[in-house]
Amino acid sequence: MSRTLYDKLWDAHVVRDLGDGQALIYIDRHLVHEVSSPQAFAALRAKSLPLRRADTHFAVADHAIPTLREGGVIEDPMAAAQIAELEDNAHAFAVPYAAPDSAGQGIVHVIGPETGFTLPGTTIVCGDSHTTTHGAFGALAFGIGASECGTVMAAQVLRQTKAKTMRVTFTGALPRGVYAKDMALALIAQIGANGAAGHSVELAGEAVRALDMAGRMTLCNMMIEAGSRVGLIAPDAVTFAYVKGRKGAPQGADWDAALAYWRTLSSNDDAVFDREVVLDISTLTPRVSWGTSPDENCGIDEAVPDNAPSLAYMGLTGGQAIAGTPISHVFIGSCTNGRIEDLRAAAAVLKGRQVADGVTALIVPGSTATRALAEAEGLEAIFLAAGCQWRQAGCSMCVAMNNDRLGPGDRCASTSNRNFEGRQGKGGRTHLVSPAMAAAAAVTGHLCDVRELMA
Amino acid sequence: MSNPPFTNFASIAAPLPDDNIDTDIIFPARFLLITAKHGLGDYAFYDRRHGPDGARDPGHVLNQARFDTARVLVTGANFGCGSSREQAVWALAGLGIRAIIAPSFGEIFAGNALRNGVLPIVQPATIMAEMLRLAGEGAIFSVDLSAETLSVDGLPQVQFSIAAEAKAALLNGWDETDQIIHNFAADIAAFEQQQRATMPWLYRGNATQ
Repeated sequence: MSRTLYDKLWDAHVVRDLGDGQALIYIDRHLVHEVSSPQAFAALRAKSLPLRRADTHFAVADHAIPTLREGGVIEDPMAAAQIAELEDNAHAFAVPYAAPDSAGQGIVHVIGPETGFTLPGTTIVCGDSHTTTHGAFGALAFGIGASECGTVMAAQVLRQTKAKTMRVTFTGALPRGVYAKDMALALIAQIGANGAAGHSVELAGEAVRALDMAGRMTLCNMMIEAGSRVGLIAPDAVTFAYVKGRKGAPQGADWDAALAYWRTLSSNDDAVFDREVVLDISTLTPRVSWGTSPDENCGIDEAVPDNAPSLAYMGLTGGQAIAGTPISHVFIGSCTNGRIEDLRAAAAVLKGRQVADGVTALIVPGSTATRALAEAEGLEAIFLAAGCQWRQAGCSMCVAMNNDRLGPGDRCASTSNRNFEGRQGKGGRTHLVSPAMAAAAAVTGHLCDVRELMA
Repeated sequence: MSNPPFTNFASIAAPLPDDNIDTDIIFPARFLLITAKHGLGDYAFYDRRHGPDGARDPGHVLNQARFDTARVLVTGANFGCGSSREQAVWALAGLGIRAIIAPSFGEIFAGNALRNGVLPIVQPATIMAEMLRLAGEGAIFSVDLSAETLSVDGLPQVQFSIAAEAKAALLNGWDETDQIIHNFAADIAAFEQQQRATMPWLYRGNATQ
């Protein structure tokens, strides 16, 4: 029987077929953060239900936590209370927890992979839409609401409707100065912000195989911006080399058994997908979003459309070249582009250069471990010498519920995932780009083609 | 927690014609610091309903007295896309919204809606322009969940579809967690026994710390 990777992951987790395309799906892993968990823990308490398997959860504060918190002090009383509530709940229900000042703290979608909590072949959920990230490991990973977080805590299963399948095959090799982020944006521009709705998206092809795990995570992370809850990449030698030896990775005989199983996790050659998309990236240019939906993006060498409703909010004129647009802020970080590979790409552009006058550049590592690694590699020194701000780990200016926000009219070159109206702060204007492109904008003070700054 | 059973109702509908209204627009992130589920209606569409000076914008449809009693939203494609924040649904429920009609929905949002007694109704884009117009004119929208019909004054009655299980849960006010534990505890235990035997590495405790 010929099956896709999605079919295999689904079948391996069916607890009960409910008919009508629905099944009860077993959940192996649940990432817990401070925003979508309080109501779930409250539901457990109200029902006097125990948490079924505490060791399958991992809790950390990332959304509300400030990225300036010397001495662990959280000044905003509401954020402090929300994080204290997470800590109380984790202790009360014996859920493993990384405290804000611990080496294990970071964005859920960065520390899951870093610690080996994220494993191929597992089901992973989180009350966060960017849970798609973990699909880069060949895990069935999807975002859920707070009510479902409570269901997972109590029952370890979710009622799910099986998605249709879509395969996106990226052909060609990435040109210099073009990255996984650009592949994601180009795909979303092609199929639309709702283009993959109802589908699990398997990302395949030579260009995906050539990506490191950080690039694969960036690509899967952005699939929710095409409307899909599930992005998938078949695990391969790159995946296994990344996972091996991490704290949560199987050891010894477990590793051998797991590896044998993981090697079966790919779509059969004759598997049929409900939809196929092919995208040649050999002539792809760096992408930049110009509107308020992630599909509103173009090549840096292109002009914005003549008539688009979002141009007014964005303060752009129809038909203008996107390059040359002055920016006031740069944000490098987030679950999309806050990994060490992303920081290295930004540092390569910023090394020996200065952030332009009038530009505020925030560099926010995706995890405390990533921050330590960047400091050990000398990246922090490059960022500080360039005039960037070097912050502590968190979601920061991607989500605008902590202290890092744009003000009205501010314009930001951002490595995050959403250019929604107000996403980075009320009235703020977001241009989604790769880390290298964000660094280039920081240096020149306007949106520009990073390839012109590359030796 | 369980919801009140979903009953048929008739109401005026507020038109919000934009496509891609995301959950950041429905519930701006800074209000996510609030950990309560109830009392969030005032924050729904906050930045669209308030000007830069914080004053309520009388031009916004949800600030107009004639739509105060609307229990239906009629809106554009991909409504509720973006973040999984269930606060978007809690805020709409807090406004009294019980059904949302759109050509398509963000999937996580649609699931969250059903779990909170709010019915997402998909209708073809071809009919949506007319529904938006009629909503703006104050037409009465009547929702019959049992029959899966939507009646709008001035239009022929239309059907909508909903998964059988979701429909039963709405009509009975069932809570999903309670239902699963009540009906499937043995299945879950059996699955765990089988998985523990074949994939023991998933049962070695949490080694990530």
